[in-house]
Amino acid sequence: MSVPGSDRYAGGELDGFLIGERIHSGAMGYIYRVDGRDSAFPMIMKVPRIGPGESGEGLIGYETEAMVLPALSGPHVPRFVAMGNLAKTPYLVTEWVDGESLEQVIKRGPLAPDDVASIGAAISDAVHSLHLQDAVHLDLKPDNVIIKADGDVVLIDFGLAYHAHFPDLLAEEHRFAAGSAPYISPEQVLGTRSDPRSDIFALGAMLYEMTTGELPFGVPSTMAGLRDRLWLDPVPPRVRSPAVPPWLQEIILRCLEPDADDRYQSAALVAFDLRNPGQVAITARAAKSTQAGVVEQTRRWWRSRARHPAPRRLPKSQVSATPVVMVAVDTANPDDQRQPALQRTTAQVLSLSSEFRLICVSVIRRSVVAEGPGSESASGAYLDHLVRLRHWVEPLQLPLRRLSLHVLESANPENALLEFARRNNVDLIILGAPHPAQRGLAWWRSVASGVTANAHCSVHVVRVPASLN
Amino acid sequence: MDGSALIIALLSDVHANIEALSACLKHAREAGVGRYAFLGDLVGYGADPQAVIDTVACYAAKGAVVIKGNHDEAVEKTPRYMNDSVRAVINWTRDSLSDEGKDFLASLPLCVREQDFCFVHASAAAPERWDYIDSAAAARRCIDAAQVTYTFCGHVHDQELYFQGAGGKTMAFRPVPGTPVPIGRHRRWLAIVGSVGQPRDNNPAAAYAQFDTDRERITFRRVAYDHVAAARKIRDAGLPLSIAYRVEKGI
Repeated sequence: MSVPGSDRYAGGELDGFLIGERIHSGAMGYIYRVDGRDSAFPMIMKVPRIGPGESGEGLIGYETEAMVLPALSGPHVPRFVAMGNLAKTPYLVTEWVDGESLEQVIKRGPLAPDDVASIGAAISDAVHSLHLQDAVHLDLKPDNVIIKADGDVVLIDFGLAYHAHFPDLLAEEHRFAAGSAPYISPEQVLGTRSDPRSDIFALGAMLYEMTTGELPFGVPSTMAGLRDRLWLDPVPPRVRSPAVPPWLQEIILRCLEPDADDRYQSAALVAFDLRNPGQVAITARAAKSTQAGVVEQTRRWWRSRARHPAPRRLPKSQVSATPVVMVAVDTANPDDQRQPALQRTTAQVLSLSSEFRLICVSVIRRSVVAEGPGSESASGAYLDHLVRLRHWVEPLQLPLRRLSLHVLESANPENALLEFARRNNVDLIILGAPHPAQRGLAWWRSVASGVTANAHCSVHVVRVPASLN
Repeated sequence: MDGSALIIALLSDVHANIEALSACLKHAREAGVGRYAFLGDLVGYGADPQAVIDTVACYAAKGAVVIKGNHDEAVEKTPRYMNDSVRAVINWTRDSLSDEGKDFLASLPLCVREQDFCFVHASAAAPERWDYIDSAAAARRCIDAAQVTYTFCGHVHDQELYFQGAGGKTMAFRPVPGTPVPIGRHRRWLAIVGSVGQPRDNNPAAAYAQFDTDRERITFRRVAYDHVAAARKIRDAGLPLSIAYRVEKGI
């Protein structure tokens, strides 16, 4: 095996890449800026630390990343460019993501709740996109979260990641798979590596840090210290900073639940709550002002001793078991025959999953010439439609935490629905087909067909059987 | 190994199912496969032993690796361990094969080693004992005995990839069909390629694998074929109904 020494890389050329300055030198390896191959975007090259005296950890991290990254796509991961043969010249060339790391942002001090929410939602989107690709990051920390100028988030460093389509080199290897102590989930401490909800725990730890400037569990340096989070709950954020609103504490503490079943079951749901603080289902978590008492902690400690690692469930099936369903209700025509049909279909779809979030949306047309949204009659119309929306969903008898209601005002209902669905990671849109009597009304017709044509997700168009019309 | 043959098709446990074999060979040809390895159990269970042997013999003449399996051996001499219905099929197979066909089966090796490959039906650790690789420990014994980078076997009908983890432990991975998995030469790998003619994971589609020698990637495949016709032939030949049912349901 002939591996060039690290210094021989800088200034050299390798497989058509011109190697520039070294921008990072860490325990796992080195990172260089590279040019060449007519790339349309800036690139970096990662080179693992190998050779006598090295732990092998860098190589395993490299090998894992080289397996997982090429299989990932989308705007939330760096683009993969090329890799070298591991046995000869191991290197990995990827896109250089221009932006600020969350670590740099946090260093400037705690963030205002609104900023925590907007950055947190962008991180959640990125995490969700990863989970939908059957991968789990498992090493989420502020250093690995890059915030681009447009506010989008890119996750980097997949050296500890898990991908359900590939052999997990790190399975059963606590020595290598430790993750980052402040952010690692309890089940990771116990050796589980395939649960996407581990990333939701790390997300919670980052939200906590962004909000309070403190780490929820400190920086434990021993296994015993790491295991504390199996039963110890963090100091509630509102105790550290009374200005933290209850909805934010609710979201953070729900992400940080020791038992993965008690957390958000998908990052899309975290993003949704962060974007819609008014719709967060507030529980006792939001009001918590102390950590659990000795008795409760002892009980949890006892339970954690018996807890077994989570059963294997592929990340994607975990996430798709918790769909976000959006139903578009035409509240302008509440007595329309399509309403019961839409209710029936929605109930049928929801019955297929015990874990879901239903978003009910009504779009009221705001004509360009009408009065502004602040005026008396506009807000009156808004409330009127919200009440009708609530009335529409009542027969489904859904618990509040599964439900949210939104009245959107827009001159273009199709775009409003599409944009809202995309922004909230909706998995399925349900909406009515044009009513036969309305066929002359081109705008509603165009909503159903336009949404179907342009949606980022599946669309279920409900039609009242012709015989009933 | 021929330098120009970059992709090897790994086919095992055909079990006299010519419909399944033809579908896999067509699939492999279309995928640009340049070399073939048949990992044993050409016959047994199915209704077309002669057709399967004739097909495989053609590939053998062009350089394919062909390994002997326990059902192939049983045609020479029925072993004690086989149950009545399998025994009935073996006796029927023996009667329906030409002498050349029987000679072809008898001439097959138990194990072939070539460069950094080992091809074997059951386990490279004592191939003649027909031990099943049904645990990480059994996989470890096979890998240790093979002493090569890549070991390919069949016998167990479910697809599985065994590998050494970061700490050297042998672990199992259930592959996702159609996804190329990088299996670099710096580790040792054991692939159980699945059964062409009698899959048993509740999916009747034929199973095989392709190894890309240049890019060091293995892709496990499932190929839909006319399993209903294969099952009907088993019934029409008067072979045990339970075997036809298994082919039909993939159990």
